[in-house]
Amino acid sequence: MEQPHRTAAPVQGAEPMVSFRNVTKSYAAGHPAVDNLSLDLDRGAITVFVGPSGCGKTTSLRMINRMVEPSSGTVLVDGKDIAGQAPAALRRSMGYVLQSAGLLPHRTVLDNIGTVPRLNGVSRRQARTRARELLDVVGLPASLATRYPSQLSGGQQQRVGVARALAADPPILLMDEPFSAVDPVVRAELQQELLRLQQELAKTIVFVTHDIDEATLIGDKVAVFATGGRLAQFAPPEELLRAPVDDFVAGFVGRDRGFRSLSFRPADALPLHSAATATLGSLADAPAAGWLLVIDDGGAPVGWLPPGERSTAGLLVGGSLFRLGSTLRLALDAALSSPSGRGVAVDDAGRVAGLVDAEDVLKRLETGRAG
Amino acid sequence: MNIIELVAQWFADPAQWSGPAGIPVRLAEHLAYTGLTLLIAGAIAVPIGMYVGHTGKGRIAVVGAASALRALPTLGLLTLFVLLMGLGLMPPIWALVILTIPPLLAGAYSGIAAVDPTLVDAARGLGMTEWQVLAKVELPNALPVLLGGLRAAVLQVIATVAVVAYINLGGLGRYLIDGLAISDPVRMFGGAILIALLALVVDGILAVVQKFAVSPGLADRRRRKRRETPTVGAVQGGM
Repeated sequence: MEQPHRTAAPVQGAEPMVSFRNVTKSYAAGHPAVDNLSLDLDRGAITVFVGPSGCGKTTSLRMINRMVEPSSGTVLVDGKDIAGQAPAALRRSMGYVLQSAGLLPHRTVLDNIGTVPRLNGVSRRQARTRARELLDVVGLPASLATRYPSQLSGGQQQRVGVARALAADPPILLMDEPFSAVDPVVRAELQQELLRLQQELAKTIVFVTHDIDEATLIGDKVAVFATGGRLAQFAPPEELLRAPVDDFVAGFVGRDRGFRSLSFRPADALPLHSAATATLGSLADAPAAGWLLVIDDGGAPVGWLPPGERSTAGLLVGGSLFRLGSTLRLALDAALSSPSGRGVAVDDAGRVAGLVDAEDVLKRLETGRAG
Repeated sequence: MNIIELVAQWFADPAQWSGPAGIPVRLAEHLAYTGLTLLIAGAIAVPIGMYVGHTGKGRIAVVGAASALRALPTLGLLTLFVLLMGLGLMPPIWALVILTIPPLLAGAYSGIAAVDPTLVDAARGLGMTEWQVLAKVELPNALPVLLGGLRAAVLQVIATVAVVAYINLGGLGRYLIDGLAISDPVRMFGGAILIALLALVVDGILAVVQKFAVSPGLADRRRRKRRETPTVGAVQGGM
């Protein structure tokens, strides 16, 4: 279930973890892949690089661990110019997750996860102990430890990829389209998992994607790249949706950005209407007029009965639920998807707390604008 | 008596199994020449093949040279080396080395070059040095193809080492050359059977080694690949 968007928790006032200073990357022919990029990435926050293909987002990511060398400009990590650092050691100091997972096919899951600690000189036994802990951290069963990558599903491979990136406990994670090769259901799972992990770990994460929905969901801040390697806008996701700086960004974030921007607005002051409810056992005693919300003995919603219909055969199920304390987007969605036109609000225990009205959501937006 | 019975009798003769011209000694000589040839050829071909596979540099030169070497006639090469260097152990060994390089080179080169580039990229991104990429990623993943090249080379050397008997050295080839000289088809047949058996047994041993040396994680992939594209079939040339 969608939570109200986390507010960024970067260490305020601290030096940025990664800084691009006038970085340009040109290949022999044609336009630059990255054009004069200047960008500061906050510590402990997720920064997403998003844009269409060929916009330089992956190139920019790969300049952070020197997989790509800038043609001009400097990249600073933790305040230090990386141009003078040994590439292999620099890369081992950062976690790296790739689109294809990039697991070593000849090594077991456990030894894949332990790759970087082993490169750092940790004993095999210690590396495996650490790898076992990480299996749990990324939500994989211990029984997968001795499997080989070819025996895993795409989603499991990506989790192993994340575990491997975390193994040496680096302060920075570089994630290059890590979830784009898995199906939408697994992707949504992995996204939520990443957000959960990040709340515990507070790494500085750089995340590349071409999917604007993923960007606004995952990112504390989003850098939108335009074709030609130009940074078009760098802002928190809600600002990106509310105030795109130009036509390119507006076009890229999409037509329904107004609706999606509701995700960033808490629904705390939304009025709740009382609901006519009845349990399945007491339908006969319920008033015949108006919509009736059927609940179970614990108070959780079961479905709606239209006016005049008072038998379980006419029960209409469906409609999303609005959990109190979540966002206006969910409140509006609950109302729009409800058979009765009013959304069901539930409390943390899943019991019916009242009904929400689409009109109230709109009114709430009006007052927000006035204030 | 037909030839089969005569050959059986030849094998049964206890005189064949002792003395400096007995089967055990000839077998040991044959294996020693084979081993020496493979050692020298491997020391030359495998590093070059790995270098070319890893860097992609000199690919065309290597493929061209390997094909050219494969086209050389064995006996002509042997004669040439003996004429240039005189009699002794090393001239024929060098001739054999030149013939053994192509399959080893092709196996090492194509094995390393066929490793998925995204895998190599990932290994670098994790912080492996070039040597570590080669030793920990490319080599283990190239092993099926590399060992395939080795097996092709071993079969070829065991068969070809027989020619060194032509210039007074030992090995199982003696039975062929001597049998030819005194028109003794039974001895020739016996020698041919011994060489064929040796080749089969050594290849069987290498097959077992390959099974244990290659990571089980590559087993599925290898089977898939074999169905899709013939990888080392092309390097198995005869004499």
